[in-house]
Amino acid sequence: MRIDMVVNGKEAGGEVEGRTVLSSFLRDQLALTGCHVGCDTSQCGACVVHVDGQAVKSCTMLAAEAAGSEITTIEGMANADGSLNVIQQAFQDHHGLQCGFCTPGMVMSAAALLKENPKPSEAEVRDYLEGNICRCTGYHNIVKAIMAASGQDVVPVAAE
Amino acid sequence: MYNFDVEMPGSVADAVSAMGREEAQALGGGQTLIPTLKQRLASPSVLVSLSKISEMKGVCTGEDGALCIGGATVHAAVAKDGFAGLAGLASRIGDPAVRARGTIGGSLANNDPSACYPAAALGCGATIVTNSREIAADDYFQGMFDTALEEGEIITEVRFPVPEVSRYEKFVQPASRFALVGVFVARFSEGVRVAVTGASEDGVFRWAEAEAALSQAFSENAVDGLSVPADGMISDLHGSAAYRAHLVGVMTKRAVANAA
Repeated sequence: MRIDMVVNGKEAGGEVEGRTVLSSFLRDQLALTGCHVGCDTSQCGACVVHVDGQAVKSCTMLAAEAAGSEITTIEGMANADGSLNVIQQAFQDHHGLQCGFCTPGMVMSAAALLKENPKPSEAEVRDYLEGNICRCTGYHNIVKAIMAASGQDVVPVAAE
Repeated sequence: MYNFDVEMPGSVADAVSAMGREEAQALGGGQTLIPTLKQRLASPSVLVSLSKISEMKGVCTGEDGALCIGGATVHAAVAKDGFAGLAGLASRIGDPAVRARGTIGGSLANNDPSACYPAAALGCGATIVTNSREIAADDYFQGMFDTALEEGEIITEVRFPVPEVSRYEKFVQPASRFALVGVFVARFSEGVRVAVTGASEDGVFRWAEAEAALSQAFSENAVDGLSVPADGMISDLHGSAAYRAHLVGVMTKRAVANAA
């Protein structure tokens, strides 16, 4: 079937099978490979994108159901001049990534959190990241990056 | 996944008609069904998505004061607009991304023995409204993954009598984060209801002994000395039957202590 949607502000579309999930459509047909598929079972959160402003796991949503929606992926997060946005920059500044595989999902979840709760507590950040798994960092610096991105003071040294 | 057609009806009537197709399966938020399809544990020939049916979405108060929740309403919306016990339950299902897609109708239709919503529906004595009839929660749940729903029947709404106070407490299975045991306690003027999920091989059930005791005195101490038999409890590597039976008492006490 034919589906059309707006992805990162631009019209996008294509032919999909009923079983095509959104993550496959984004990666294989739109070449937006920043949407990572870690587990493909909706556990890990690497594939989180925004659908009409809501963070969803794109491996667990049919592409057909996203027809007519506005999608934002990690490729749509940078500033207009191509520089990192405030969340991405905070991840770099606070060493919020090591291998980087989970990072697109982490950034998309963080953006959704800060939109609904601009000044979250550390506990709220950790709670919101329940569905995003990182196997490198131990989460500490990810949480720190998100706290910093929300404009709150964090201890500048990565580990002490 | 095996391939299938997708239907996107815009009304309940169109959904019911699409469900008449051979080997049709309703698709709520897909947070259980899509992983199930990926494992090839189901092979419908057509999925009828309920996600574009606006008449099946939203939370409102009915004429009798009941909270009416559309069958295609996502957990995040119930977390925002439900009464204390129900909102608390919805806000702790899965994770934020799952709560943005998963629906109350999908959860109740699936009746996973470890799902949270069945405890709320049974614990409040909710009414499950479908495209063709109304089913009392006491008649609806018929065992693990089994419900009173007929082939092709769709949950369009769930009506919750609003309790004076209520609370859901769950002990999460550390890997899946599903309820190892979850207990919903609701106090109404006519008495207290206690519903238990995650524990029994027969799915969600009411704990009559605790209901009687709590209806006499709504306090943690009222549950002292009461226990559910370990017989018929789920036993797996995450917890033995005896452990689950013990947790039923603990979660009930916590729910009473935190009821609001």
